[in-house]
Amino acid sequence: MRIEALAGPWLGRLSLSALPTDSPVAMGAALVAVFGALGVAGYITGKGKWRYLWREWFTSVDHKRIGIMYVVLALVMLARAVIEALVMRLQQADAVNRSGFISAEHFGQLFSTHGSIMIFFMAMPFLTGVINYVMPLQIGARDVSFPVLNSISLMLTAAGAALVMISLVLAPFSTGGWSGYAPFTELRFSPGVGVDYWIWAVTLSSIGSTLTGINFAVTIYKKRAPGMHLFRMPLFCWTALCTSILMIFAMPALTVATALLALDRYLGMHFFTSGGGGNMMVYANLFWLFGHPEVYIVVLPSFGVFSELFSTFSAKKLYGYTSLVLATMTIAVLSFTVWLHHFFTMGQSAHINAAFGIATMLIGIPTGVKVYDWILTMFRGRVRFTTPLLWGLAFLVTFVIGGLSGILLAIPPVDFLVHNTTFLVAHFHNMLIPGTLFGMIAAYQFWFPKAFGFRLEERWGRVAFGCWVIGFYLAFMPLYVLGLEGMPRRSAEVFDEAFRPWLLVAAGGAVLIVLGMAALALQLAMSIRHRDRNRVRAGDPWDGRSLEWSTSSPPPEYNFAKLPEVQGRDAFWTMKRSGRAYPPLERYAPIMLPENSAIGPLLGALGLATAFGLVWRIGWMAGLGTAGALVAVIGWSFVRRPGRTVDERQVERTETRWHAVLVAAVPVSREHECDPRNRGLADVAA
Amino acid sequence: MSAGSASERRRHPGLNLHESDAHPSDGEVVFGFWVFMMSDAVLFALLFAVYASLGANTAGGPGPRDVFELDPAAMETLLLLSSFTFGIASLAMKYRRGMALLQGMLATTLLLGLGFLGLEVHDFVGMEDTGALPQVSAFLSAFYVLVPTHFLHVSLGCVWIVVMMVQLRMSGLDRITRTRLLRLGLFWHFLDIVWVMIFSFVFLRGLL
Ligand code: HEM
Ligand SMILES: [Cu+2]
Repeated sequence: MRIEALAGPWLGRLSLSALPTDSPVAMGAALVAVFGALGVAGYITGKGKWRYLWREWFTSVDHKRIGIMYVVLALVMLARAVIEALVMRLQQADAVNRSGFISAEHFGQLFSTHGSIMIFFMAMPFLTGVINYVMPLQIGARDVSFPVLNSISLMLTAAGAALVMISLVLAPFSTGGWSGYAPFTELRFSPGVGVDYWIWAVTLSSIGSTLTGINFAVTIYKKRAPGMHLFRMPLFCWTALCTSILMIFAMPALTVATALLALDRYLGMHFFTSGGGGNMMVYANLFWLFGHPEVYIVVLPSFGVFSELFSTFSAKKLYGYTSLVLATMTIAVLSFTVWLHHFFTMGQSAHINAAFGIATMLIGIPTGVKVYDWILTMFRGRVRFTTPLLWGLAFLVTFVIGGLSGILLAIPPVDFLVHNTTFLVAHFHNMLIPGTLFGMIAAYQFWFPKAFGFRLEERWGRVAFGCWVIGFYLAFMPLYVLGLEGMPRRSAEVFDEAFRPWLLVAAGGAVLIVLGMAALALQLAMSIRHRDRNRVRAGDPWDGRSLEWSTSSPPPEYNFAKLPEVQGRDAFWTMKRSGRAYPPLERYAPIMLPENSAIGPLLGALGLATAFGLVWRIGWMAGLGTAGALVAVIGWSFVRRPGRTVDERQVERTETRWHAVLVAAVPVSREHECDPRNRGLADVAA
Repeated sequence: MSAGSASERRRHPGLNLHESDAHPSDGEVVFGFWVFMMSDAVLFALLFAVYASLGANTAGGPGPRDVFELDPAAMETLLLLSSFTFGIASLAMKYRRGMALLQGMLATTLLLGLGFLGLEVHDFVGMEDTGALPQVSAFLSAFYVLVPTHFLHVSLGCVWIVVMMVQLRMSGLDRITRTRLLRLGLFWHFLDIVWVMIFSFVFLRGLL
């Protein structure tokens, strides 16, 4: 008897035929995933670090650790998605008038995983991680409002990412793209488990993001330090707030869209089917009702990052703070009024298209205001071209180009011409790569010294920057041309010899981008190796302006021994200039911190089990997962732990140690910011 | 009764829960729950929108007039007026009228909630007997998602009431149980409002 038949009742539809043995490329990817996971697990076991990881990281509810874990997750997923992008580029360059080296089916999975990962498991975790790390420090708080919920959000997101990774080995994934349009994704046209993988991975992540949005918004409203009025917050916090509000209101649309699609597929209902009265336009509306705000969810935090960068590295206050806040809020509101521009071609009247086209163009106004504010922030400043700032400059130029192509697309007749071509692919990468990814990489370079106590090497950072920026232009500018020439997006093969040169250039760009990834990895490795040279323990390597720089690097687990008193914008900057930056040691009060909790990882594991069971129709697994989650939440509500106290002596010891570092550090002027003289104490006299 | 200062009493609009207000993190927890409910309200709003756009697509199957009945829906509305009994429970908590009244009112709310669930199951079964299954048409699919989503919420609310009754027995009225009851109350009233919407928008509009 075959194994499949034996396994049948217990393993649902799962069988050995799920292994992607038919395609060498897919098999290679599966092997990389398996051996990668085994390698990491083996390494941890070899070092005997499991217990440490569990105690200090996985069960941690400290916003700083959760933030770091989010970023690590994002970087791992970024690596996979970038490699997939390279494979797609190589395939298209190869498959001019022939079939290339991967099948159409596999190509479909590649753009679906690439797009879904980039949005849900790269951009979202990255920005959530950065906000998690930075925002509580910037508003002078000790943690977010709901630390345990924070851990649950992280673990649900990680469970979704794990599901996408599993689909490499127990294939296939969906071929329905990141938007999963019905009726293609209905059972009739996609009978396999691929779409189910997509549905449940995305659903896990969207639940995680909804909870994150609630958590961040409440934190910003309720946990600001004394004197930190809303209009004194660093701009990054404003963008974090607007992004959170968008998450609260936009994620439910995605949850509803995927849930209804699942009901169609699992229970034979008729929401988006092509029969039974179903209407796929309902899906398109629901998805983009989420999808458009989503692009602002992923772009606003980067706007915040760049605002901090431009003002810090120009040593000037942010130009037009109020206008930047208002522009951010305007964008957040307008982002709910334009979703229809994603389907101008799908049959509504010209009047409706015109209204949505105009609404779309309106978003250009507040965005333009921001660009001018950023430029004016640098104007007449003493701009220091450190690596983080370089990403910012590349963003400014590149993002404006992408914005202009967006204005073109907002004109319905133009959209009719280039809809579904690579022009669109060029446009949204032209927004997302500078607007999301560069912002997040810049944030990583900027705040890394805060989180780990040493700076990243500049040299490899610059190499990475060069590769990414040049690679981006080479990889995507040709797509504008190809789109205008009529090359459809999502094509595994093309049939026009004239496309070949452009596709070759684009492939070259993708290679350069992968080299950029490698340079980033090297930068990290070299920086860790030479960390003693680049230590900035005192905590303020960039002559920072906001409160996160007023703590040691890395900050103590309680962030602030005493909550700071804020007297204006750029709180730390003014404190430094008026000699109030580092308050003398004193008698400290004990500090209450939340206790670590296993409920986050537990719910993550149960979520993953439920999702996996649902994908492969393994009833008992899905049932146990759901019931287990319910029991776990109820059980947890009976646990009453008051929290952990860091007693005054311990606070005193930690603070004394930091003060010794501060006393030993020589204040450094901005000319020596990027050399070993920088110990994290800024020379404010200069 | 320790009334607290006027400023303390102004702390939460709506129900003031004595000294439990004194702890700043209580306000955070309750505010967080309001925000969560906003998100949940968006979810229901979208389901209503889906129902509105698919409601006419009966695909040759039964329509609202064939499957809805007003009397049971009206009965269910009455049962869900358990918001009133929950309101008494909240007042009993606020004015410390003893555990018996509080527990009694919670139990009454629970019974009314369970009665609601029972009647609804009865309705669903009745509909399915006439062949009005969710697989028949987009209209029925939309109905069977909107109303059962509310059903699921009420079920979770019932579980939550039971959990709170147990926790009240175990630890009495302290900061934790008070704010939890406050949030449970918000949740319950919210579900009541959603039901009123369902009753008017789905049943009345479908039948009248
Ligand atoms: C790093 C360099 C990147 C390269 C070389 C790249 C390349 C590609 C390619 C070749 C496609 C398929 C285009 C087609 O359908 O013909 C694609 C699709 C897509 N990419 Fe990227 N990409 C990159 C980065 C990103 C980033 C950073 C994001 C988002 C934050 C992103 C989001 C998407 C999305 C959403 C799709 C659409 C998937 C679909 O068709 O459903 N990409 N990308
Ligand atoms: Cu859009």
